[in-house]
Amino acid sequence: MNASALWMMISANVVIASLAVYFLWRVLRAKKRPEPDSFSENVED
Amino acid sequence: MVRKKDNESWGTRLGLVLAMAGNAVGLGNFLRFPVQAVQNGGGAFIIPYFICFLLMGIPLLWVEWATGRFGGNKGHHSTPFILDSMTKQSIWKYVGVFGIFTNLAVAAYYCYIESWTMTYVVKTLLGHFVNTTPEKVSAAFDCYLDFDPTFTGLPFEAVFAFVICVILNAWVLSKGLVDGVEKAAKIGMPMLILFGVALSFSGITLQAGERGAIYDGTVGLNYLWTPDFTSLTNPSVWLAAAGQIFFTLSVGMGTIQCYASYVKKNDDITLNAMSAGWMNEFVEVCLGSAILIPIAVGYLGIDKVLELTQQGALGLGFRTMPYLFSQWGEVLGIVAGAMFFGLLFFAGLTSSLAMGTPWVGFLQDEFKWNRKQAAWSFGAIVFMLGLPTVLFFRQGVFDEFDYWAGTVSLVLFALLESILFAWIFGMDKGWKAINDGGDIQVPEIFKFIIKYVTPAFLLLVFVASLLAPEGRNWYVSVGQLLDGQGWSFSDQAIVAKLMNQDINKAILVADGFQQKADMLFKKELINGSRLLLLLVFGGICLLVYIAGNNRKKR
Repeated sequence: MNASALWMMISANVVIASLAVYFLWRVLRAKKRPEPDSFSENVED
Repeated sequence: MVRKKDNESWGTRLGLVLAMAGNAVGLGNFLRFPVQAVQNGGGAFIIPYFICFLLMGIPLLWVEWATGRFGGNKGHHSTPFILDSMTKQSIWKYVGVFGIFTNLAVAAYYCYIESWTMTYVVKTLLGHFVNTTPEKVSAAFDCYLDFDPTFTGLPFEAVFAFVICVILNAWVLSKGLVDGVEKAAKIGMPMLILFGVALSFSGITLQAGERGAIYDGTVGLNYLWTPDFTSLTNPSVWLAAAGQIFFTLSVGMGTIQCYASYVKKNDDITLNAMSAGWMNEFVEVCLGSAILIPIAVGYLGIDKVLELTQQGALGLGFRTMPYLFSQWGEVLGIVAGAMFFGLLFFAGLTSSLAMGTPWVGFLQDEFKWNRKQAAWSFGAIVFMLGLPTVLFFRQGVFDEFDYWAGTVSLVLFALLESILFAWIFGMDKGWKAINDGGDIQVPEIFKFIIKYVTPAFLLLVFVASLLAPEGRNWYVSVGQLLDGQGWSFSDQAIVAKLMNQDINKAILVADGFQQKADMLFKKELINGSRLLLLLVFGGICLLVYIAGNNRKKR
């Protein structure tokens, strides 16, 4: 691959993959809200 | 220990994000994006693509999530009454009709392509593409489209597969949000990403001389990513980038509003929107660019792939890829082919399910139908509306549906909803609607972008679609106009479409009586399909009018 193609591909992939992982990680790590919230499967009996 | 809440809601936050991402991730991520990149500046295409994502895509995601949640908290789950709840002007509920119409009309032809992917998974697994030739694969696709016996030995298997696909969609929808849509997303999205990563790895590591390949996979990557920076001065490239962002995120359809309408006021939407949006970008740019083009170039070379991309991405996907996978040997070819069409199927299914939810929500809210009735009525409508696109695919009915419902309606609806949100609902209320309960604070600059830049961008895209010049060369066309030579429309411009410019040209140059008769028949079918779409739009307007009156009585 030529250098410019390689740079374009790596920079685009790194930026996008990093942001996708970061935001998903934030969603997974977010604290549950007090009830009543929007989700049915985290209602404790 | 968990228990279910009484009202319909999402099961988990991750399920909601995956369902939203599944709504956005579609066939276009794998087939349309790489072809658009190749045709519009290669690696340089990512620059306008990113800018459009920041200025139009992300703002629209927040606007639609906020709009949906706002309406949902007032008890509405479809755009006519979601928009109605944001203003006192009743006309807006008829603008919201786009949010149901588009989904029904797009689902009608989208389920047809989805059924191709389903059939091709089965064909691949049964070894129909083992030891085949390019001619045989291409001929089999033609036979499939023409309803000649191919796979089962029976005619009309394409219609049969379409019916199965519609039934599958209606059945999943009838199971509800948690047990249907969310479960499908929780299975479909991880499978799609797994298949995508495996195929990307195979595409990138493809070696010349191995498995019949004549070039390395990196040759295709080089071809796709080599930037042509001169393309950045071409307005058509920017419009192509805006169009790609628009269609990949599924904005302007009414599905995001519908999904978000089940989110409560104090729950986050800002972070959820970002997570679903960037997940879609990951699938499109990181995975989508590493499968189709590297593999196709590895076997066919750049010139042949360039020629095939001119004929559209569907041809490349269904006429070419099965043969290329067959070169990987019997077992690996079957596994790779099933994964490729499997990932397309999951991408299609999670999107078509999203298209069903606004209609289901509308009937549940306004006419007190239960979910099962509403879901199966969606299936019935999609079947009836989709049948002309199946039977007259070759005559352009499919493309006509795609043009008016899958292209023009989206841009128009997004433009109108962005104006409603920023200028009529008001940016102060809108800003609060976006940020309430947010796990991340939206940067203040987006207040300006949502109010001015996004509507202006959308207006530009709409006007450009309305008046697109012949050859898509804006500089030359504007110069000709200033010289008094008039304006020649592209066949794809809305104005030219309304005047039947392309078909009239074809009739004029038709050779012989039969060809002319065929073209005249095609013109009748195209006008008929437009009338059908108008009738559907009018029918939904009537239902919204009746629902509005029922509300007043209540």
